[in-house]
Amino acid sequence: MNAPDRSGGIGANRFIGQRVPRKEDARLLTGKGTYVDDVVMPGMLHVAFVRSPIARGRILSIDTSIARDQPGVHAIVTQDDLARFNVTMLSFFIGPVEVAMTPLADGRVAYVGHPVVMVVADDRYLAEDAASLVVVDYAEEDAVVSIEDARHGPAVHPDTDDNVAAMMGEDEEDAEFEALLASGAHLVTQTVHHQRISQSPMETRGVVAALQGDEELLVHITCAGPHLVARWLTVALGNPKMNIRVVAKDVGGSFGLKNHPWLEEVSAILGAMLLRRPLKWIEDRIENLTASNQAREQEIILRAAFDADGKLLASHADYSLNNGAYPMGADANIAVHMFMWSAYNIPAYSFVSRGYYTNTAGLAAYRGPWAIETLVRETLMDAAARQIGIDPIEIRRRNLCTAAHQPSVTSLGIPREDITPAECLEKLLETVDVAAFRREQAEARKEGRYLGIGFAAYIEPTGAAGSIGVMTGELAQVRVDPTGKVVAIMNVHSQGHGTQTTMAQCIAEQLGVPLADVTIFDGDSSRGGFGPGAGGSRQGVIGGGAAIRAGRLLADKIKTVAAHLLNANPENISIEDGMIRVAGAPEMTRSLREIAEIAYGEPSRLPPGMETGLEAQIRYDPPAMTFTSAAHAAIVEVDAETGFVKIRRWVSSEDCGVMINPAVVEGQIAGGLAQGIGSVLLEEAGYDARGNPIAATFKDYMLPTIFDVPDFEYVHANTPSKAEGGFRGVGEGGCIIGPPTLVNAIADALAPFGEVAVDLPLTPSKLLAVIDGTPLPPKPMSRFHPEWVNPYADTAAATKTDGPVEEVPAGATLLPGGTHAALAETAARGIDGAWNLTLATPMGPQPMTATFATEGSIVRGRLESNEGAQEFEGTVEDNQVKWSMKVTKPMPITLKYDLTFDGDTVTGKCKMGMFGTAKVKGQRV
Amino acid sequence: MSEHKIELTVNGRHHRGTVEGRHTLGDWLRGQAGYTGVHIGCEHGVCGACTVMVDGRAVRSCLMLAVQADGCTVTTVEGLADPDGTLHPVQQALKDCHGLQCGFCTPGIVCTLAALTADGAQPGEEKLTAAMSGHICRCTGYQGIRRAIRQIAGTDTSAAQGAAHAEQGA
Ligand code: FES
Ligand code: FES
Repeated sequence: MNAPDRSGGIGANRFIGQRVPRKEDARLLTGKGTYVDDVVMPGMLHVAFVRSPIARGRILSIDTSIARDQPGVHAIVTQDDLARFNVTMLSFFIGPVEVAMTPLADGRVAYVGHPVVMVVADDRYLAEDAASLVVVDYAEEDAVVSIEDARHGPAVHPDTDDNVAAMMGEDEEDAEFEALLASGAHLVTQTVHHQRISQSPMETRGVVAALQGDEELLVHITCAGPHLVARWLTVALGNPKMNIRVVAKDVGGSFGLKNHPWLEEVSAILGAMLLRRPLKWIEDRIENLTASNQAREQEIILRAAFDADGKLLASHADYSLNNGAYPMGADANIAVHMFMWSAYNIPAYSFVSRGYYTNTAGLAAYRGPWAIETLVRETLMDAAARQIGIDPIEIRRRNLCTAAHQPSVTSLGIPREDITPAECLEKLLETVDVAAFRREQAEARKEGRYLGIGFAAYIEPTGAAGSIGVMTGELAQVRVDPTGKVVAIMNVHSQGHGTQTTMAQCIAEQLGVPLADVTIFDGDSSRGGFGPGAGGSRQGVIGGGAAIRAGRLLADKIKTVAAHLLNANPENISIEDGMIRVAGAPEMTRSLREIAEIAYGEPSRLPPGMETGLEAQIRYDPPAMTFTSAAHAAIVEVDAETGFVKIRRWVSSEDCGVMINPAVVEGQIAGGLAQGIGSVLLEEAGYDARGNPIAATFKDYMLPTIFDVPDFEYVHANTPSKAEGGFRGVGEGGCIIGPPTLVNAIADALAPFGEVAVDLPLTPSKLLAVIDGTPLPPKPMSRFHPEWVNPYADTAAATKTDGPVEEVPAGATLLPGGTHAALAETAARGIDGAWNLTLATPMGPQPMTATFATEGSIVRGRLESNEGAQEFEGTVEDNQVKWSMKVTKPMPITLKYDLTFDGDTVTGKCKMGMFGTAKVKGQRV
Repeated sequence: MSEHKIELTVNGRHHRGTVEGRHTLGDWLRGQAGYTGVHIGCEHGVCGACTVMVDGRAVRSCLMLAVQADGCTVTTVEGLADPDGTLHPVQQALKDCHGLQCGFCTPGIVCTLAALTADGAQPGEEKLTAAMSGHICRCTGYQGIRRAIRQIAGTDTSAAQGAAHAEQGA
């Protein structure tokens, strides 16, 4: 495939592909941006929260009497005051969250930082003063902190039976699959422990909310998309009898944190409604690092079987993700598995994936939420290369999905038509002289210097629309004003992405106007069409496509109007630099303004029947998935004395299709890589065993500085995608491919000393342990593990209460007496009738109603959900019911249910084709 | 609570006010004087977003009290461009080199670089880069900031075009 030629002959009107300076920069460089904390309203009051100092416990009492009497205090608000609003906290998918949850704590606290009381005062200083004088009494309970705690410890939430927040995949060992794994010449296992990451946008969260009479609630909020927030709030507030208008002009970064409001923003918004005063809450950095939702605390064990030639045969992953107490949707992160091997050829893949509740800050998105697939896979490929004894590049060449393997569909249903990871790798190798590096590395080792090179390859889904309900297409509204200036309203919503420039480039190119004449407005839910904003690397692909199509539509109208007015053939009309020209007749040249004035003001001069004005809008929905491919290389030196890593070179070779603005593309890659470097070497939002956050400031939560990030080099391939404009998304990639590239380079540098366990961050002390051959002490055992011994216990007897759980004698739970037939009859009576069921799908819980009628060993029934209703027939054995049914929505798969009934409750699972198994639970209606 | 009268010059304008002893300069500049270009990123002196110039020196306005600025001359990011809109050379370099994305860290970076290059000083690439150790940018990976520094220091005339490009068609 050939890229459109953007290199030569670029006329004044060619903007796509140009490294133009950003239109937003002059404003931001002179301090004239409008971030949420810059919004001030008459009569505005300020909010500070009283937060839980303990990770888990009951609230015994709240005494606000002293705080209430402080100067400048207007209100002290607890959940009792907010209960009247009956808010339903929602996930990112706009479905109710899986556990009981209120904006302020309701009787229990579930993590350190959980907001308990909201103080409203004249200014933030006074609000914090008063907050410090609220007295809350707690009965502390043992906190469930780590994933391991969650496996063995008590349920975090009173309304769940265990801490499994979400489960997908095969939870029972499959002997056949194990045999397949064992059948290869080589079985390679790679384990990754990923630390918790704080998204840390430089602008923290914040909101200013005010009722505008009873008809409108105005919410200024720093967010990824005002329309999505307006949608979220409207549903969360139970469709109130008012319009919710959400405005966000400039946003100081989000990286997944600001997708939708959470406890604090909702509390402040409700507070504004309660007090009928504008309220402002701006998160401070300590709140942001300890109480904002976070991401990435996860573990994965990936196994892959290779044949004697190093070709992949089969692979299995066991994955666990810490969801915290209140995730923005209980999450087993199915995308990890969907994309695990999507860039490679592998005949078989199986997995189990679990998300766990803990008494920690909840899970939010972070740039490339599924990124651990690339980290574990690419580090496994290097480990495999070392184990099998082939070159890390060669093992990738043998297994990557090349043009010759396409079109094809992976075992998880990912269609591959135009992915280019293998091509990106070859291009990378044209830039990086590996042989020369190996010589340098060998020489350096003789001097006791340890250099390493790391590679990684991947593909990334971008610009998805139509497969996940909340991720929609995008509308572009473009007009040429009577002044001749162009204004477009969109909702791609920059968080720093520069869409006021890139979208203007798309439109200016279509219209033939100077870039300076195009202004993009977004950031207001009262304008434009619905769009979810920033997320999923969608702005270029979907917004760019919409901008091009709307621009083209409007250009056609301008040409038609001009041709009519100038008595020319529309084919002979061109627009260049804002001037309308007729081929061969320079004297007929008119400015866009002249044409626009007529189009709006003199309808009689327009072609008969034509709508007045120069305005166009179009909604664009891209192909279901657009993939970006890349291969990266990094060269590092690890100081054997100190364990410090110096990154000496980093080359990115990516294929993000046609580039709108290469400088913006490179900015996205670089920003993502810097975050990847932070994950590998520096950042950690950890907790102590009692659930206290151990990184509360930027002195403990170490973000990469200018000295931690090298100058990146870029190699661009430009295979046009099937989306309008040929664009592919590039927002998340650096953060996905960066970590394995760096880990592989470090592992290569330290190969003489042995394998480097991927336990992030790879701090100097961990690397020194590899160099010195002194393994670090094992991670402490969870206090809830049956074999845990309390090291602080005075006597052996004192440990008794925490000791192993007594074994229940086998068979003790069997029902006494009775014949099998009698039992079956009892069971049948326990099954028949109507049941409310909840199926834990990857997109959140799906409520359903089922009716069952048993007859001997046969069951007939009907299942109803908002996807429709369907009859089924299956089998009954004792209190267990099994049936299969084919569904077509959201995609054609066969569902296999296996439910066990017990009194008025039912639990079980549903096997959902390639998505593995999901939990089902329910109660009798 | 102690109240103090202060008088200072901000961006060439005379300001008079009453502040509490505990009010930071950053909060005063934003809240009382209206210079919202001063950004508060951490309030504990690490991120550098709040940096302003006080009597010509780059200062973290989250770590300085407003009362300490009594009698001082303060320049914020709003006070650097010419009234006709011509950007300060530091601002222009950051724009030319795509040195910002969300722009939240930017005012502090601008003020630090402007303070170091004030009155014709030519501190050189190394010193300017070293000063960036006091600024955190979560968006850019510092690439454009480093290019801007080279442009300011005059060490790389092609700085605006990026450090190393190997742009190729597919
Ligand atoms: S806000 Fe002052 S250094 Fe961060
Ligand atoms: S541009 Fe966003 S933090 Fe620097």
